[in-house]
Amino acid sequence: MTKPLLSISGLSAVSDRDGGAPILRDVALTLERGEVRGLVGESGAGKSTIAKALLGILPRTVRVTGGFVNFEGRDLLRLPQKALRDIMGSEISLIPQDPQTALNPGRRIEAQLTDGLRLKRGLSSREARARALTLLEEVHIRDPERVLRCYPHELSGGMRQRVLIASAFALEPKLVVADEPTTALDVTVQKQILRLIRGLQEAHGTAVIFVTHDLGVVAQICDSVTLLYAGKVIEEGRTSDVLSNPRHIYTKALIAAGPRYDRPDAGLTPVPSDVFDELRHEIRLHDGSRPHV
Amino acid sequence: MSEPLLMATGLEVTYGGRRTLAGQRVDGVKVLHGVDVAIRRGETIGIVGESGSGKTTLGRALLRLVDTSAGEIRFDGTDITHLPDANMRPLRRRMQMIFQDPMASLNPRHTIRRILVEPLLLHGVARDRQQAEQRVAAILERVTLPQACLDRNPHELSGGQRQRIGIARAALLEPDFVLADEIVSGLDVSTQAQVLNLLKELSTDLGLSMAFISHDLSVIRAICDRVYVMRQGRVVEEGPCERVFSAPASPYTRMLLDAIPLPEVDPDWLWRVSGNEDAA
Amino acid sequence: MAEITATHAPVTPSRGSRRWRALLREPKVLMGGGFILLLIVLAVFAPFIAPKDPLEQDLMSGTLPPSWMDGGDQNFLLGTDDLGRDVLSRMIFGTRIALTVAFVAASLSALIGTLLGLFAGWYGGWADRIISRLVDIWMAFPPVLLSILLVAVFGSGVHSVIAAIVIIDWTRFCRVVRSETQAQAQMDYVTAARTIGFSKLHILFSEILPNVAPVLIALVSLEMGIAVIVEAILSFVGLSVSSDTPTWGGMIAEGRQIIHDGWWVLVAPLAALFATVLAFNQLGDGLRRALDPVMRR
Repeated sequence: MTKPLLSISGLSAVSDRDGGAPILRDVALTLERGEVRGLVGESGAGKSTIAKALLGILPRTVRVTGGFVNFEGRDLLRLPQKALRDIMGSEISLIPQDPQTALNPGRRIEAQLTDGLRLKRGLSSREARARALTLLEEVHIRDPERVLRCYPHELSGGMRQRVLIASAFALEPKLVVADEPTTALDVTVQKQILRLIRGLQEAHGTAVIFVTHDLGVVAQICDSVTLLYAGKVIEEGRTSDVLSNPRHIYTKALIAAGPRYDRPDAGLTPVPSDVFDELRHEIRLHDGSRPHV
Repeated sequence: MSEPLLMATGLEVTYGGRRTLAGQRVDGVKVLHGVDVAIRRGETIGIVGESGSGKTTLGRALLRLVDTSAGEIRFDGTDITHLPDANMRPLRRRMQMIFQDPMASLNPRHTIRRILVEPLLLHGVARDRQQAEQRVAAILERVTLPQACLDRNPHELSGGQRQRIGIARAALLEPDFVLADEIVSGLDVSTQAQVLNLLKELSTDLGLSMAFISHDLSVIRAICDRVYVMRQGRVVEEGPCERVFSAPASPYTRMLLDAIPLPEVDPDWLWRVSGNEDAA
Repeated sequence: MAEITATHAPVTPSRGSRRWRALLREPKVLMGGGFILLLIVLAVFAPFIAPKDPLEQDLMSGTLPPSWMDGGDQNFLLGTDDLGRDVLSRMIFGTRIALTVAFVAASLSALIGTLLGLFAGWYGGWADRIISRLVDIWMAFPPVLLSILLVAVFGSGVHSVIAAIVIIDWTRFCRVVRSETQAQAQMDYVTAARTIGFSKLHILFSEILPNVAPVLIALVSLEMGIAVIVEAILSFVGLSVSSDTPTWGGMIAEGRQIIHDGWWVLVAPLAALFATVLAFNQLGDGLRRALDPVMRR
């Protein structure tokens, strides 16, 4: 049994800005090499916080109060800044949510794509450029020469996202954190991007943490899923198991609440209040058994 | 068959066309190319499309919020295409709108009370302030919001609460027609279901006709009777939801449906290529 | 998650009192506002507060240094000028001119500039084209020279100083208000008001103006600081009120003549000017910060 690539255990965090309100409650998660795990939850569930912890970009107002994030034997929460910087971008990378703001509007695509290659892999400008061209072809951009010369505003949203995906996979990372990468895209573009991510992931054997609120997306590209509510893991397991045989009533209710184009009566059943009561009860139990921070 | 409540024929909208000082006409961008829409009393139609399809422009054109460069709009038998503001005013009460971003569509400097009461007094729906306040209290109950909201500013409420205020505002004037422009985009799935339910109930209670604009076909299926599928300023398909969703006539509609991931594992879904997907 | 608790929203104090409390919590508002308040008190009660008559000359006590220095006199806390007039009393009376000009000139400029800016920004078209052209042309004139010219034409006196400032500075308000109005006009709450059927005029004043107000209030405060300086410049050049009435600018002019013998005659009003403009700037900055968060929260 090989050791998992990523192992999060007992991760808890509070918000200093809200007077110590808990943001993460004892989160546990494992990720094997090459596995795609969905991190699902409604807004405020804590999925972005976990993603940020993985990338070492937790805001200063968030304080980790316990647990560890073990990436290949190193605890990301306790690494010195320099070691963390070495890992970010090369072993762990990010596909961000908003293609509009994630690219520097004042620099050409070539510059932004080759930055990491030159800095972290010591490639020369020519080598980096050649590699950048290959990457753009890998993400199915038809005219890579032209795109390299472009500024971000000259490309469509879908193209920009492809560039960002190319950038994420450029240094052959072991783990890619995809933070709602298709939320801002049209549904047809979303499918192409999902296909792209899955294809690259399978080809390079990269593990992916896929943050999303969309259970449909999870069903189609995630091998496993972790469902969060109020910073607490409610259910997790293989996607097919969790979606076809959900164990927790919240999971069931969430699945039922989503609209479906093939079912006219879906999408009109909100999560019932007794489910929220049960969740609140479980959270109180959890908080009660913890020493006050 | 009675005439539709709201009907548009050959609607065209062009942005940016202008006259230079020398009298020359500079061409603008045509955003709607000859669109026909008909909405009957009591029915809810969906207008669906991706970005750039013109669905938002169509909605605003129907409400005379943007100028049309060609075509005709008839509301309850009256041609309102070029009606001046003064004549539109009494009709405005009968055609209301709910917006996508309630943070932007509720005046941040007004209280909820003011936002809800003023329109009632403007149109004389309430005789005086007291009656207006009664109606407002009643609608708050109807949309399950606490009366304490009234003295708040919009930014003090949650997203879901603000959206319900937007719905309440539209419903208060007891209009004949409501345009809902992407009102559940960005809401949590549970809040979305609550809002859709509310909308459906109100629509039945008040006998409303509704046009529901969305990019999300699944949401349209949940509450619309008929749907118009738009692409680049044109209607590519139109019909009852049951037919369009199960047996779409247009390959574009087919492509849109295929692109939607359902919450059931389907190993073939990702690799199924349908129609002519343009590379983004 | 906010949904569960949201339907039972907690009772918070009324928004009016909360707005005041937010204002009073902002340190810049307290400091700047406090200082201005002090100046207002000095200006209103000058005859009772000032130790001496500002016009009274005492040639026996000419050019005395401030009381804490060698040769100083307790009767003249900040010393005297070459004509034996008490510097402190003259400064206190000087606040009257400074504040009168500040409040009246800033208010009038704001009124004219705001009205024109609102109309230009909201109605657009020809109104906007004319008003914008006007502003562009107007702003091309060098302001201080223009004000000197205007005062020379109107004759000296507080009213001409105020007129000169208003005639020049309304453009600043017009520009800012116009652009802010245009920005607000894009917002959906304005579209909502149109769908409800309010008239364009009603929308301008009931919906848009309250949202332009925060920017405006901050600008008025800054404008007051500017007005004080312009008045000082004009009285320095001798184009302000008659030379009997003490003004800070006038005192600076006089102090410049005897700077080697009585530097305090120049430094005291200069310090007062500095402090006053700083106070107005702080107040304006603090107001902007305290009133803006309505949107940010």
